Amino acid sequence: MKIVIINYGAGNIQSIKFAIQRLGYEAVLSDDPSVIKAADKVIFPGVGEASSAMSKLKASGLDVLVPQLKQPVLGICLGMQLMCNYTEEGDTKGLGIFNTDVVRFNNNVKVPQIGWNQIESLKSLLFDKVSEKEYIYLVHSYYAPITEETIAQSTYGITYSTALQKDNFYGTQFHPEKSSAIGSKILENFLSLSNQQLKTNN
Amino acid sequence: MLTKRIIPCLDIKNGRTVKGVNFVDLRDAGDPVELAQIYSEAGADELVFLDISATEERRKTLANLVLRVAEKVNIPFTVGGGISSIEDVDILLQNGADKVSVNSSAVKNPRLINDLAGKFGSQCITVAIDAKRIDGEWKVHLVGGKVPTALNLFDWAKEVEERGAGEILFTSMENDGTKDGFANEALSKLSEELNIPIIASGGAGNVQHFVDTFKEGKADAALAASVFHFKEIEIKDLKEELRTNKIPVRL
Repeated sequence: MKIVIINYGAGNIQSIKFAIQRLGYEAVLSDDPSVIKAADKVIFPGVGEASSAMSKLKASGLDVLVPQLKQPVLGICLGMQLMCNYTEEGDTKGLGIFNTDVVRFNNNVKVPQIGWNQIESLKSLLFDKVSEKEYIYLVHSYYAPITEETIAQSTYGITYSTALQKDNFYGTQFHPEKSSAIGSKILENFLSLSNQQLKTNN
Repeated sequence: MLTKRIIPCLDIKNGRTVKGVNFVDLRDAGDPVELAQIYSEAGADELVFLDISATEERRKTLANLVLRVAEKVNIPFTVGGGISSIEDVDILLQNGADKVSVNSSAVKNPRLINDLAGKFGSQCITVAIDAKRIDGEWKVHLVGGKVPTALNLFDWAKEVEERGAGEILFTSMENDGTKDGFANEALSKLSEELNIPIIASGGAGNVQHFVDTFKEGKADAALAASVFHFKEIEIKDLKEELRTNKIPVRL
C-alpha cells in the first residue's frame, strides 16, 4: 500500500509518519502531484496558522489537486479545517470539500482547547470498533459546527464536529497520531478503507 | 468533556534523564525514551522534557532525542530548556515535538513570543513562568528561580497571553520541592484573569494536592516530577481519586 503524507511545510508531520510506521506501514512525504495522485491513501496534515498554510498549498498547486483526489484522503487538524469552505482564522478561503465554515471558539471557554476530550455519535468506517466517548487529543482554537457531514462530535462550551466525511474525504479535528491506542485504531481504520467500501458506505 | 491533564516532567541532560528515577522495571534508568513509554502506558496525558544541558552539541543531542521520543510515544510532548530562536523551535517541531516551552528568553525578548506564535501557531507555544513572592508581591524569576526580575507575575502572564502564547506553565518557586501542595491562590488568580490554559507546577506531594489544584487552583493541567519518578504516586491511582472527586480525567 502506498501512503503519502502531503508535505507542504505545515507542521509536525514526523509524528504522523511514525504513527503509521508503528502500524507496520511506511509513508512517503511528498509535494509532487504525480506521487500524491498515485497513492492508495493520502494524509493531509496541518499545524499552524490557516492563511499561511493555504498560501503554501497554493504556491505548489496543491489547492487544485487535493479536491480532485479519488482515493481516501484524511485531513488532520488544520488539514481538516482547510478542507472546509472557509475559516475565520486569517479570513481564509478553504478547499470547499466539506460544506461548512470554521469559526473561533467563544471566550466563555479557554482558547485554545488543549487536551483530551471525548468523541460521540460516531458514524462511518473510520470509527469501526471504536466505542462512544473514547478520549482523543485536541489542540485548536477554531472548530467546524455540526453539519450533515459530521461523523463524530465533541463538546467544549458548544457541541461541534470532531470529524467530517464527504465521499472519499475524511477529516479529524483531533490528532489520531497523538491519541494513544484509540488514535492508532482510527488511523488503522483509515488505512484499511478500500475504494469498494467507500462506495457501499455512501 | 475536556479532561484535566496529568503531566510528568523529565529533566534531561545530554540526552539522558537527570534526576534519579525509581523504576525497577527499567532496563536503562537514564533513557528518556523508555521512561516516556512507561508514562504513556501508565496513563500520562502529556509529557514535558526539560533540557538542562549546557554543551555545544546541546541542540543536536536534543533534536535527536525528540526524534526518538516521537518514534515511540503516541501522546503529545513538550520540549523546553534553552530555546531562544525561531530556528531552535523549527528543529524541535520538525523532529516531532508537539509544543515547545520558552522561559528566560521570552522575558529577555518578549517579541519572541509574537514571532513564534506567528510562525508556528499559538497552539504549540507554551510560556513557562517561574515566580515567588518578594515583600508579598509575586515576581517573575529567571535561571530556575535564582534571579529576580522587576516583572509582576500577573502582568507578565497577561502580556504573554496577548503576545500569542497558547498556554502558561506556572511554577511557584516557593512550593517547588516542598511537597506541600501547589500555589493554588496564585494559580486560581491566573486562571480567572487569563483565557488560555494554565499548567500548575511545583509542590506536588500527594494525591490531595492534585485534587486541590484542580478545584481551588482552577488549573487545567498539573505537572510533577519526583512523585511520579519515585513511584510515590501512581498515575492510575491518582486519576481514579480525581474522578471520585468529580474532576474529569481520561481513564
